[in-house]
Amino acid sequence: MRYIEPHAHMISRVTDDYAAMVTAGCRAVCEPAFWAGFDRSSAQGFYDYFCQLTDYEPRRAAQFGLPHYSWLCLNPKEAENLSLANDVLAMIPAFLDRPNVLGIGEIGLNKNSRNEVAVFEKQVDLAVRYDQMILVHTPHLEDKWKGTRLIVDVLKNNRGIDPARVIIDHVEEHTVDVVLDAGFWAGITLYPQSKCTPARAIDMVEVYGAQRIWLNCACDWGQSDPLAVPKTALEMKRRGHSEEAVDRLVYENPIQFLSQNPKFQLDEIGWEDKCRAAQK
Amino acid sequence: MDRLHLTDLYFAEARSKLIDLAAFLDRIERSDGTDDFRIKSLRAALNELGKPGPEKAKKILLVLSDPTEKPVPEAGTKSASGAWSGF
Ligand SMILES: [Zn+2]
Repeated sequence: MRYIEPHAHMISRVTDDYAAMVTAGCRAVCEPAFWAGFDRSSAQGFYDYFCQLTDYEPRRAAQFGLPHYSWLCLNPKEAENLSLANDVLAMIPAFLDRPNVLGIGEIGLNKNSRNEVAVFEKQVDLAVRYDQMILVHTPHLEDKWKGTRLIVDVLKNNRGIDPARVIIDHVEEHTVDVVLDAGFWAGITLYPQSKCTPARAIDMVEVYGAQRIWLNCACDWGQSDPLAVPKTALEMKRRGHSEEAVDRLVYENPIQFLSQNPKFQLDEIGWEDKCRAAQK
Repeated sequence: MDRLHLTDLYFAEARSKLIDLAAFLDRIERSDGTDDFRIKSLRAALNELGKPGPEKAKKILLVLSDPTEKPVPEAGTKSASGAWSGF
């Protein structure tokens, strides 16, 4: 078994989780910027967080030979404060050349407010200006359907967007077709309660096909499971899917999407040197 | 995969979840007070479950979704409750 974990908030996990993921066959982990569980008091708080995502966390993962990549942004939960958002957005370009940064994410919407939409549009513009890939977070529960359609509208209205370089994450049965029909990649997040169970994720793959879909655990400080992807791979095998079909979904598919950024490589040799060089 | 194999794999789990749901509604109905928008939405979603036809999960998710289209003026809260407050 081998897999890529394309969405995990490792800063909120213990080092044992890295060991468990690598033991289960994880070959690379990607960490989008997200909400800390509390609002940061200043743009400086985001600066420190971006340093953590691009310096400290890759070194922690490297202890287990695991390549660690990150996505940078201001998350939608902190988008109500427009002046803070502007300050944070101004700081992002300086980090985009760091060796483990894959693009802008996870941007998107949370409660579908006007300011969230405005900040989302600005971050999409930023990604287009700097030729970055995009990882999108869709809202939770009752807000997901409305938010996903608003997000797709904003992306379609930006002429600089290539849908093949955008993944819209946390789809469920009522939003997966909205995302795939518009040409974007779709992420299915495996959570114990909200979002999606392994059985439902496999249902969606059976109904819509495995093209342009990845699975992720999105583990963070809440109830979540860093091994949700390999457990779902096991469930696929119980359902009669072939080894090749499982490998395509949990390994080849994320590589196909992420490799659009040439920085994404599974060869971790020299990784720490690269990180250190980026500090100079 | 054929129906018998899928039934073997998932029946016990689905049965358990169904009884949990029934017991939850019994618990709610033994309690004081009235249904809020979440319980009202849940009861409406259960109607979808009983109807024949495909995409039951999608239809239930839509019953539990905000059906409006315009952004709200302010976020207000950060969290979601699982059902649309306007139901
Ligand atoms: Zn996330």
